[in-house]
Amino acid sequence: MSLLTEPVGLSHYLIVAAIMFVSGAVCMATKRNALGVLMGIELVLNGANLNFIAFGSDFLARNPKYGIGLDGQIIAVFVIVLAAAEAAVALAIVLNFYNNYSTVDVDQADELKG
Amino acid sequence: MESSIPTLLAGAWLLPLVSFTLILLFGPRMGKAGKGASYVAIGAIGTGFVLSLIALIKWSGIPEADRPLTDNWYTLAKFGSLELTIGYYIDTLTVVMFAMVTLIATCIHFYAVGYMHDELHDFTDHEVTLSDGSHLTRPGRFHRFFQYLSLFCFSMLGIVISGNIAMTFVFWELVGICSYFLIGFYIERKSASTAANKAFIVNRVGDMGMIIGLMTLFATLGTFNFGDIKDAEGHVTPGIFSQVRPADAHGDHGHASATSHKIIAAADTGHDDGHHEGDHHGDAHVAKLGPLQIPTGMVLASAADRISAGEKPTEANIEKWRGEGLGYGLLIVAGLGIFCGCMGKSAQFPLHVWLPDAMEGPTPVSALVHSATMVAAGVFLAGRFFPVFTPEVLLVIAVIGCITLFMAATIAITATDIKRVLAYSTLSQLGYMMFAVGVGGWVAGMLHLITHAFFKSLLFMCSGSVIHAVHSNEMTDMGGLLKKMPITAITMLIGCLAIIGAGIPLVIGLSGYYSKDAILAQALSFAGVNDSGWMQMMFFVAAGGASITAFYMFRLWFMTFVGKPRDEHRYDHAHESPKTMTYPLLVTSFFAIFVATPLTSLDMADAPLTAALTASRPTSDHDAMYAKNKVEGEAQAATWLTIPAEHDSHVGTIGGMSIHVLAGLIAFFTAMGGLALACCLYWWKLVNPAEVRDMFKPIYRFLLNKWWFDELYDKIFVKPTFFMSRLISGVDKNVIDRLIDNIAAGTRWFCTGFDTWIDRLFVDGTVNWVARKTHAVGLALRGLQTGKIRQYVVLIVVGTVALFVIATFGFAN
Repeated sequence: MSLLTEPVGLSHYLIVAAIMFVSGAVCMATKRNALGVLMGIELVLNGANLNFIAFGSDFLARNPKYGIGLDGQIIAVFVIVLAAAEAAVALAIVLNFYNNYSTVDVDQADELKG
Repeated sequence: MESSIPTLLAGAWLLPLVSFTLILLFGPRMGKAGKGASYVAIGAIGTGFVLSLIALIKWSGIPEADRPLTDNWYTLAKFGSLELTIGYYIDTLTVVMFAMVTLIATCIHFYAVGYMHDELHDFTDHEVTLSDGSHLTRPGRFHRFFQYLSLFCFSMLGIVISGNIAMTFVFWELVGICSYFLIGFYIERKSASTAANKAFIVNRVGDMGMIIGLMTLFATLGTFNFGDIKDAEGHVTPGIFSQVRPADAHGDHGHASATSHKIIAAADTGHDDGHHEGDHHGDAHVAKLGPLQIPTGMVLASAADRISAGEKPTEANIEKWRGEGLGYGLLIVAGLGIFCGCMGKSAQFPLHVWLPDAMEGPTPVSALVHSATMVAAGVFLAGRFFPVFTPEVLLVIAVIGCITLFMAATIAITATDIKRVLAYSTLSQLGYMMFAVGVGGWVAGMLHLITHAFFKSLLFMCSGSVIHAVHSNEMTDMGGLLKKMPITAITMLIGCLAIIGAGIPLVIGLSGYYSKDAILAQALSFAGVNDSGWMQMMFFVAAGGASITAFYMFRLWFMTFVGKPRDEHRYDHAHESPKTMTYPLLVTSFFAIFVATPLTSLDMADAPLTAALTASRPTSDHDAMYAKNKVEGEAQAATWLTIPAEHDSHVGTIGGMSIHVLAGLIAFFTAMGGLALACCLYWWKLVNPAEVRDMFKPIYRFLLNKWWFDELYDKIFVKPTFFMSRLISGVDKNVIDRLIDNIAAGTRWFCTGFDTWIDRLFVDGTVNWVARKTHAVGLALRGLQTGKIRQYVVLIVVGTVALFVIATFGFAN
């Protein structure tokens, strides 16, 4: 049986989440624009969130064995809140950085190197 | 048989402890300035008296066969065979002593409320001058006084009820510490604190001996108990008394003759056992204790070297060794040791020096110490241990008592401090008691102990009343007080008459008449059966002492109460004491007159007190006892020392005269002689005392300085002790301290160097090495920190993947 033929289930969500996660990670690693990096972070976080939701849902899991109650959803909410806070802080840093260096290239921000 | 008597007496004994504890905790808050403390203390001792009185009444209901009552209440601790218990040993003496002590203590408590009222507010001590010339003012210590009084009563009653010698020793020391507190009550006065120390230290000397006796008894007999203790299973542990005087040997004459050391009445004096069986007044009293026998424990202890040499400690061997007198020395050591303790407490020569100085305490304390408690404890213990004393020990007791009574009486002649006269008179009377016990007069001694307690507490309270009125201890400040304070004067006259043993010879008299008569009769009886001149001398010393007693007592009374006032100012301010002080005087004077009076006939033995004591005499065979004389290892009844039967002093004759009558007449005429002399000198003023003093100047100075005893002890003991202390402290300062200082300096110098080296090399070295290495590692790793954020992300991803790979394949199995 192929994933493409069977009804949408846990595996599909996991695959989408994995794709989002990997895209996010690649985005973080390759983008020199600080905003791009932040977007990558959002992707990674949401990929992870998707995993939590998928594992936390009885409907998706179709198997009570995988059901972990509402924990997944609650953690997802936490992650969203965390992501919002993180984005706010990170944008503030980026703005400051731009004010001082007139650029948002993260490769330029290497003054803390050892 | 179950009896309520132990419980009653225990109540009387423990109530003062309760009172002590209460006052200790809440004393200052009891009423105004602690006045409530006196009510608590009086309540406790008064209830104690009532309980004792009930016990005394019930006591007559206890069958002869059940006496004495003895048992243990509580085991404090057990170490192997050593068992420390709280127990009781109640015989007639205990019960009578309880009644006497609580009665007198109650009177004295009442009296003290009046006497100590100065302590209710801030008290200015005029005998203490501070460095700025003013007098010391301190808060009153009314409650503290009653607190100590309660503790004192508790301790004394503890000695009296005590069922074993270890417990006795504990309370013995408690009495000692109480006397220390009370003698040093005016602690700011140097004389008072010195006197308290002196009393305490001198008593330690006696207690040293007592500990030796105690250890001897325990080591050889394996028990502290006086009497036989029956435990729950009915198993009887023999006590000290029954080991020293086993009852079964009493009737077994074949057995007795086999052990020839045994002290057997010799036929030539007619004091055989048969004579005593039908003892006194036909009562069927049979002593539970048999004749003196060296206890097996002591025999074995002395025969230790023979046993280790291979001889078996069989019954026959033990009898043989006992026959040879093995262990007799231990019995003497035990007896002398115990008596040593008695000597300290009862202030017998040569340990008498503390007692006169003890006058520094407040007068109620003197009254208590000198009559019912402290000094009575010594005589009481001597009476308690009477069955254990061998004839030799009794002889020592008699000699010590004799010396004390004479010496103290002579010193009392010259003393001018009213309390000191009484103190020396106490010493002298204690000497009489010890002397009586020593010559075999147990009943006489104990009777005198009780009668003396009454009249001496009376005399002291009277003297306190006088001192309270004139604010001086010196008789040279007094005179003519009869009109000012009639109750005190009359009661004191009664006390004086009682102490000199006044009475119509052979008819009737005050309490002292009976007890002193009994002592002199016993002394005469002793003189009659012993050939040595010096033993006979002791009777004459005692009789002479009686004469001196009469002289100094009436000297005191005349100087205080008759004649012209010597100090007008003091005389004008004198007044009769308040009722709390005079009522106790009346009560004690009643007892001082009647306590030993026979009720049904003129025979002194018919007095209830005397009869009770006679019936409870612990041994009947001391009655005729010979010291043994070892001849070539063979112990034989020898005749150099005889302790005569006490019974003989009533019925025996000497040179055709009845001992009793003769002694009575001698006592009467010697006392009258002394009294007449006192009248001549101090009342009728036929002779001027000052002229007599000048005539016998050397003797006067000798007596005034108390036979130079203080100076002698100062030279022999105190000075050398100081010298030794100074020597040792000099060695300490100059040699030991210097040595130690030098060693310390050297050590410090060495340590400083060594320590620095160790510190630099090892401690600092290690730390520096770690720091250097950490630094190097940091430098090596700094290359990783590129600051490129994208590089970090890649590293994170690679790391995560690596972890997954490791987790998946590395730990698959």
